Amino acid sequence: MLERPKRKNPVLRTRQPTLPPGARSRIALGLTAAAALGRFELQQCRDCGTVQYPPREACQQCLSIRLDWKPQPQEGELLSHTVLHHSNDLFFRERLPWRLGLVKLECGPTVVTHLHDQVAGPPSKVVVAAKLDRAGQAVLVALPNKESNMAEDRQTREFTSDPKFRKVLVTDGKTGVGQALVKALAAAGADLIWVGHSEPWKKFAGFDELKAISQVTLLPLDLTDSKNVREVAAEIGGKVDILVNNAEYHRAFGISNRAGVDTARAEMDVNYFGLLRLAQEFGPVMRSRGADGLASATAWVNLLSIYALANFPSHGTFSASKAAAHSLSQCLRAEMRPAGVRVINVLPGPIDDEWNQLMPPPKVAPPALAGAVVKALREGVEDVYPGDVAQEWLARWRDNPKALEKELST
Amino acid sequence: MSRRGYEGVAVAVPVTVPYVRYSIRAAHWWLARCLAGLLRESGLKKQDIDGLSVSSFTLAPDSAIGLTQHLGLSPRWLDHVPFGGASGMVMLRRAARAVQAGDADVVACIAADTNHVDSFRLTLANFSQFARDAVYPYGAGGPNASFAFLTAYYMRTFGATREDFGKLCVAQRSNALKFEHALFKKALSLEEYLSARPIADPLHLFDCVMPCAGADGFLVLTEERAKSLGLRYARLRATIERHNAFASDPVQMRAGWALDRADLYEQAGAGPENMDFVETYDDYPVISLMQLEDLGFCEKGEGPAFIRKHTFTWDGSLPVNTSGGQLSVGQAGAAGGSLGLVEALRQLTDQATGRQVKDAKLGLVSGFGMINFDRGLACGAAILSC
Repeated sequence: MLERPKRKNPVLRTRQPTLPPGARSRIALGLTAAAALGRFELQQCRDCGTVQYPPREACQQCLSIRLDWKPQPQEGELLSHTVLHHSNDLFFRERLPWRLGLVKLECGPTVVTHLHDQVAGPPSKVVVAAKLDRAGQAVLVALPNKESNMAEDRQTREFTSDPKFRKVLVTDGKTGVGQALVKALAAAGADLIWVGHSEPWKKFAGFDELKAISQVTLLPLDLTDSKNVREVAAEIGGKVDILVNNAEYHRAFGISNRAGVDTARAEMDVNYFGLLRLAQEFGPVMRSRGADGLASATAWVNLLSIYALANFPSHGTFSASKAAAHSLSQCLRAEMRPAGVRVINVLPGPIDDEWNQLMPPPKVAPPALAGAVVKALREGVEDVYPGDVAQEWLARWRDNPKALEKELST
Repeated sequence: MSRRGYEGVAVAVPVTVPYVRYSIRAAHWWLARCLAGLLRESGLKKQDIDGLSVSSFTLAPDSAIGLTQHLGLSPRWLDHVPFGGASGMVMLRRAARAVQAGDADVVACIAADTNHVDSFRLTLANFSQFARDAVYPYGAGGPNASFAFLTAYYMRTFGATREDFGKLCVAQRSNALKFEHALFKKALSLEEYLSARPIADPLHLFDCVMPCAGADGFLVLTEERAKSLGLRYARLRATIERHNAFASDPVQMRAGWALDRADLYEQAGAGPENMDFVETYDDYPVISLMQLEDLGFCEKGEGPAFIRKHTFTWDGSLPVNTSGGQLSVGQAGAAGGSLGLVEALRQLTDQATGRQVKDAKLGLVSGFGMINFDRGLACGAAILSC
């Protein structure tokens, strides 16, 4: 059971982050691509059906090159296990002893896995999942069952960014999504939640309810104000373990329904430059705290939109600002990687809020979106597509991005 | 079609370039020293070497061809055998056929690796695509975890104990005390073995080879040539080689030897009971045991009882790894694949000073290697006689 970490002695040196080995062959990145979405997929031959691992360039059975990454049953048997007491690798050397397993999957291959503490010695039944490690690459983890709590185990906690006992900044508490996020993070055991609001002279709907949550501290935060962002970062930046950037500016319409660039500029100012300002002020200090004990800096969550993948013309300029933010977020992910701080992109379908009034259902309810964010933090996923619309768009986009563009343009 | 024998082939001039824990030299230095040793011991000149076979991990970015210019050789037959622990067996059988066919008169087989302070870690990180994608990210940083899995599985399945593996290690250490080039010079007691620090359960310190720098080499040539040079030599009686055998076994409990041993003994006209000594590939003791089983010295799973029955010292009931094996000499990378072979040559040509197996006439050498993912892929074996 995870215990509340002790207060850090500020005089002691902050440990520098190390990462597990991150090099992979290109073909092996298929495992990472699926794990980023929380999926367990292995290579399967389209011609003979063989499931194989480690990833190969051809089917080991029939030599076909028609190999697909397909979801596979996760059950397996632990054949053997070991506890490492020695490692040449710095990341593991700092975390010894470290338990590993050899698992025969029911779908065929034998695999090497990280091993959850509660898995009994061999022979025993396990469930194997693909998780992103601190280097952002997929590794296989053997768990006692599908409901296992990864954050409560010392080893598998390394693959999660669980909010329990952590300090979180939610950048906008005014919106329904922001308030749902705060409630979900508080319920998940976050130690302290700073909640930004951009117009501190106004009392917004839900203000009193937020203030009543014991972990919450409200603070003025306006992402369009560089000086303000810098000051907030100077004040709390060194304490934030998880940053959730949910601030967004959303108006309908595309190009020809609107005159001038003021609305588009406002969207960019919050959705794109707001993220950039935050990243410049909070990024470096969070990077420096990637290995700061049990409650280190661990994750950065960006609320984007499924429209970031393909422009939705009736919300055209908003789509463009989210596409810009998505691209910038990939840059942020690359820059946070050396510290092992995970950048999670959340790409929901239309949220059930004021600015999507005219969108037909299904729309994502704010509590459902907040639940998806907490789940992503707990399970070590880095791309989240909450809601049926987002899932459907994702499937269409993965299948044929050009077809999706054409479908959206009619 | 029955396989041709190795009539007329001589294997001679065992050379070991004394191992060191760390070296600031490149692999080329060790290979050069090994080749110079072969020339010095045989009386041959460099231009007499018309066949060259090389095995090394740390020679990169060079391969055997670069080495020809590096060492000023002009062979008409050249081979590069980057198969680690099986490379000695593979070099031997290819060279023997080349000599038999007349493609080369004298083949120098040299295996070496250097070991800088950080080179072992770097070798591991880039050992194979599967290791990089599916083993190295798990922190073992090398074969320790893979062999821990195999050892634990073997112990659970066949009832082997740490004392059983310890007996092999202790016996090999006592053999090593008689081998001048062994890096381990102190006797090892079973108590010391059992109380050593854990590395990867159930493996402890003395179950794991120590990486080092070194070289081993030998010559393959015709018997007439060996005689005219006045060399003491061994004859090659039989060989086998097999890679990626039993690929669908969920855990490696056997390797290619189990598939091909009948072929080996038939070609040799002898069985395991006729062997005066055995040199196994011993990066971990469980692998020695697997070889003894797969090569028919006992049935699969009877390894523990077999260990309890024999002493394995050079003067004992079944001498195994009479120079100490890699566990007591050190693992000089690819040279480890030839360590057993050069020791067999010494035993068969009465050069194993201080540890000479009495009346050694027939010996078996085995090689194993390339932990690509979860198991060793390459294996081979040879029977030699005096």
